[in-house]
Amino acid sequence: MSRKKAITGGLFVGLTAFSAFLIIAVIIILLVVIIIGGKDTFSWEFLTAFPEDGMMKGGIFPAIYGTALLVVIMSVAAVPFGTITAIYLTEYAHEKSILAQTIRFAVRTLATVPSIIFGLFGLGFFIKFVGSGMDDVFLGGQLKWGQPNILWASLTMALLTLPVVIVSVEEAIRTVPREMREASLALGATKWETIRRIVIPGSRSGIMTGTILAVSRGAGEVAPILFTGAAYYLATLPTSLSDQFMNLGYHIYIMATQSANVDQTLPIQFATTMVLLMLTFILNLTAVIIRSRLRRKAK
Amino acid sequence: MEEPTIKNKFVFSRESLKKKFRLSEFLSEKIITGVAFLSITIIVLIFFFVFKESLPIFQSKNKEAVKVESVQKQEQYGADETAVTNAAGQEQYGDVPADRTNAAGQEQYGVTETDSLMTENQVQEEDTIVYGSDEATFKSLTGTQWLPVSDNPRYGLIPLFVGTLKITLIAILFAAPIAILAALFSASFAPYWLREIIKPAIELLAGFPSVVIGFFALMVMASFFQSIFGYDGRLNAFVGGVAMALAAIPIIYTITEDALTAVPQTYTEASLALGATRWQTALFVTLPAATPGIFAAILLGIGRVFGETMIALMATGNAAMTGINPFESVRTLAATIGAEMAEVVFGDTHYNVLFLIGSLLFVFTFSLNALAEFYVKGKLVKRFQGKQS
Repeated sequence: MSRKKAITGGLFVGLTAFSAFLIIAVIIILLVVIIIGGKDTFSWEFLTAFPEDGMMKGGIFPAIYGTALLVVIMSVAAVPFGTITAIYLTEYAHEKSILAQTIRFAVRTLATVPSIIFGLFGLGFFIKFVGSGMDDVFLGGQLKWGQPNILWASLTMALLTLPVVIVSVEEAIRTVPREMREASLALGATKWETIRRIVIPGSRSGIMTGTILAVSRGAGEVAPILFTGAAYYLATLPTSLSDQFMNLGYHIYIMATQSANVDQTLPIQFATTMVLLMLTFILNLTAVIIRSRLRRKAK
Repeated sequence: MEEPTIKNKFVFSRESLKKKFRLSEFLSEKIITGVAFLSITIIVLIFFFVFKESLPIFQSKNKEAVKVESVQKQEQYGADETAVTNAAGQEQYGDVPADRTNAAGQEQYGVTETDSLMTENQVQEEDTIVYGSDEATFKSLTGTQWLPVSDNPRYGLIPLFVGTLKITLIAILFAAPIAILAALFSASFAPYWLREIIKPAIELLAGFPSVVIGFFALMVMASFFQSIFGYDGRLNAFVGGVAMALAAIPIIYTITEDALTAVPQTYTEASLALGATRWQTALFVTLPAATPGIFAAILLGIGRVFGETMIALMATGNAAMTGINPFESVRTLAATIGAEMAEVVFGDTHYNVLFLIGSLLFVFTFSLNALAEFYVKGKLVKRFQGKQS
């Protein structure tokens, strides 16, 4: 082999390596910059106090509380439905049937729909159609559900995170050995009993990974809740499903772009971003670790 | 002694071996199947409801056409009366009826593409004849101005499309080469331990909320690029595009990596056995074999950037301009929805136009996804399975 070719080869391999390390470097820079910017403001008080002086001082407790409430309601809606869909796809549907393939296609489409479209859908369907409909039927036209609130925001977010749950659970269900199912059936258990006693317990870690990933996604997304329930500032915590709520991501967005004194609140913004980034980072890391263990088990 | 009892207990007849009807089995199967339909239902509902809220534009367009016709008649009468004496008036209105009928015809057939010159004419007309805000909408939908909040609102989508395409182009030009090369590195060259670091790290980047990337772009990247290039506006298409590349890289990387590792081992082995080096094998055998997958990866990356809202809202400056300068502020389709939906009056024309933008976004990303899916499936199956079997 000629010398020239060896050099080209070396350059090419170097270029690919450079690209990979460039991405890693950007990830590290992003993490470091956000942490350096936020670490001075970050404290226990910052996490547990209410905003003060028109958000110029104080903490972000309502935003954390709102985000937590959002992901809890979201998970309650998304995880069961996602798990059941995954069970259908692996246990009931024939791999090649048109129905199963359509469902798979729909799930993948759902995963690629821009998040702002979910926001529009939440507004058009949940608030304007379901909410206003509920107001008309139950409250005689009095406005309660037909406006942005945490329930509609959570349900909108649940639609967004449904594919995440489905994909994780499906992957986990496939790692449950076939012999376990066959043994259960051979002992006289019915199909549903087998699923309930063998398949679901066997894929518990997958359901957990799916939930964690969904929570991380739901905590970070802002576009779907822009007009389905997030509020700029609230003096009280949400107490009912028809209340609006504060949200970490929305808080960052508003503070960084819409507030009158962006420069003065910069430390708060960095600290809030750090909290959100750390939250999603830790959740994702947990999911990655569980998942890699799961994959090793599958091999 | 025990034999008879056993025999009595297990008498298998054709009847007893038949599958029994169990209510719990029946119900669980039906419920699970029903729930599985949910994702299909959601897709249909999204399309229906997002599109439904944009429908009034198409309805008001008929009203508008009628109104335009009546105005046109009046003007024609006016022109007839003054035609001889008022030459200036004639000149002014001389080409109006032709344009008007064009516009009316166009609206009736629902064609949205028009000559930009004609659109400008229309915009000028709107300046002279003041309609109510509800009537002046559909005409200017293809206009070059996006001024939804003014006395005489214009809903020209052209600058939004230009802005979105510009951002998408910049983002993909950055993201695609970097992500594909990185995927090639981790699939072909990297030692096992390094791959086990790179892959999860990039997966973690996928988990970064877009609002965090947007904040980073707004606060850090914008100033950094400004100090390098020295342009005036801190926030522009370039900053937004690079930030969006960060969001697109994990998608392109992951799918490309999957496609590269899916290339049969025999290809690589054959190439190496023929005396090719590892980099030659990677560049001339593995990479071409994975083209459909890489194509799909880029398509999905485009879809991600096209619909990305928070980064666009925070890092692009949000001024609706149509120039091609990458250091100019732009406003994307998704950012327009995100920025304006909260302040809009429900049921207003502006509201409907925003939903129309939403439907366009949805249709576009849906088609991209469908294209990626079917193209790749067809190609890959042909390439690997078709040849082997």
